[in-house]
Amino acid sequence: MIAVGALLHAKQLSRSPFEIATALIVPVVQATLAVYLFRAGGEPGRLLEAAVGAGLMGIWSSVLFGSGGAIQNQRWQGTLEMIMLAPRPPALVVLPITLATALTGTYAMLATLAWGRLLYGIPLTFADPLAFAVAVPGCIISLGMFGLLLASTFVLLRNANALTNTMEYPIWLVSGMLIPITALPGWTGPIGAVLPTTWGARAVREAATGSGPVWPSLGICLAISVACLALGALMMTHVERRARAAATLALA
Amino acid sequence: MSEHAIEAVGLRRTYRSRTGWLRPQRREVQAVRGVDLTVGNGELFGLLGPNGAGKTTTIKLLNTLLIPTAGEARICGFDVVRQTREVRRRIGYVFGGDRGLYDRLSARDNLRYFAELYGVPGREQKRRIAELFELVRLTGRENDRVEGYSRGMRQRLHIARGLLHRPRVLFLDEPSIGVDPVAARELRQTVADLAATGTTVLLTTHYMAEADELCGRIAVIANGAIQALGTPAELRHHADGRQVLEVEAYGVSDAQLALIHALPGVREASVVVTGAAQVLTVQSDAGVDVQADVLRALDGVRLGRVTARRPTLEDAYVAIVNRVDAQARPAEAVGV
Repeated sequence: MIAVGALLHAKQLSRSPFEIATALIVPVVQATLAVYLFRAGGEPGRLLEAAVGAGLMGIWSSVLFGSGGAIQNQRWQGTLEMIMLAPRPPALVVLPITLATALTGTYAMLATLAWGRLLYGIPLTFADPLAFAVAVPGCIISLGMFGLLLASTFVLLRNANALTNTMEYPIWLVSGMLIPITALPGWTGPIGAVLPTTWGARAVREAATGSGPVWPSLGICLAISVACLALGALMMTHVERRARAAATLALA
Repeated sequence: MSEHAIEAVGLRRTYRSRTGWLRPQRREVQAVRGVDLTVGNGELFGLLGPNGAGKTTTIKLLNTLLIPTAGEARICGFDVVRQTREVRRRIGYVFGGDRGLYDRLSARDNLRYFAELYGVPGREQKRRIAELFELVRLTGRENDRVEGYSRGMRQRLHIARGLLHRPRVLFLDEPSIGVDPVAARELRQTVADLAATGTTVLLTTHYMAEADELCGRIAVIANGAIQALGTPAELRHHADGRQVLEVEAYGVSDAQLALIHALPGVREASVVVTGAAQVLTVQSDAGVDVQADVLRALDGVRLGRVTARRPTLEDAYVAIVNRVDAQARPAEAVGV
């Protein structure tokens, strides 16, 4: 059910004119941002790292807006009530949606790398191509599971998109997707350490540049995400009941 | 098997909302104010009422989408609050309008997804989906995206979706709203076919002909409470002792309507616009001939056909609803 649901939701998402336009424009912007940031920093040798970081930002944005937006979209489409009415645990109903948003986020990574190569001539020579090929899907699945925890709060909020807007930049900043964590104030360290985005970004970067062992970072990323999944599942059951009490499943 | 498919006792639902941050204003709206209801297995039961009467809230309380503020409800013997999953396995929910489907997916993909969600075994899915396309007469259009469907086709797809897991109880919330007459007739046929196979159907509508044609029993709900319940024939008795005068007119003013309403013997008077014309319907006591007075009140208005007839179910419905309106209604919204 999770696989069929994720594929069909990805199909529905990828046919949205808004999603298509965003998918075409955002990676170019992010690749450009990353390249100029690193060139200005006098580190042109780290352009691949910059492109990978920008791609990860794209996946994160897709998961964040996807999870928040997905619940809101289901509400607008009138499908939120229909899916929550299924005789399944609410987490199982919502997980395919968040996985689908992570899946469509893969495109952001690929497109950012492609634009980086085409526009700025960034060489796509990965230190460990196999580890990179595993780390990216691993990171995507992890973020999908993290998305479930986010989505559980969005079920209750009729204007969930207001919350998602405030979460995009802080998370990719403290996760070190583009700017090294070491360049951030010390107090951000513990926050970054508990976010799966930090470890996922680290694993993907390590696979791309060979700056460290990939598997421990990926393992920690998956472990935190599984914990998020368990917490999200518990919360989802709780908020589904609260949403039925507060009548927030429907738009009106 | 439980004796009743649907049972509700003292069902109530209050919506609470809050607006503003600095000086928050809390509002309470009592949408359902104590509904008692039993629907037998295999029955086709109608819930009739004007907009805002509490029909949809009642359905959502029964199908587990809302938790009652007070009271109890059981579906096939299972409690809607405590045994939610058992209830959901046994019910289907179909509502009217354009929403509720994945527009950018094909009809087949929509049904495939909901079949997974509603636990239809993988080996049965293909056959069941084909059966339902046949039932709702969408065969040949299965692979088209839903965004290209007409409202009638969407509505039929909604019904197919609601039936995927062979529910014992089907909730149909205004399924024919906005559907053209031919599509509405096809929908009615589909609903009648379902009831004939033993599915319990609870249908809400404000189309009288639909309820009259389909339902074995009807409850009229207004102001959040059931005001009358019975077979269509029994409900017609609410208009006993009345006669109806229908006047086709062009340009009846509100003042003239008020004047007619105040005539001796007149119980109800209303105007419905149909195309360029208006149809003035006047219900009066059976022993009082109000025709001459009504026509005098319409002096200066261009008139068409004038017909006197016996009351229909619709007239009885209007009588019931207007009686509620006339009573001192408890305040619907109160500041808390």
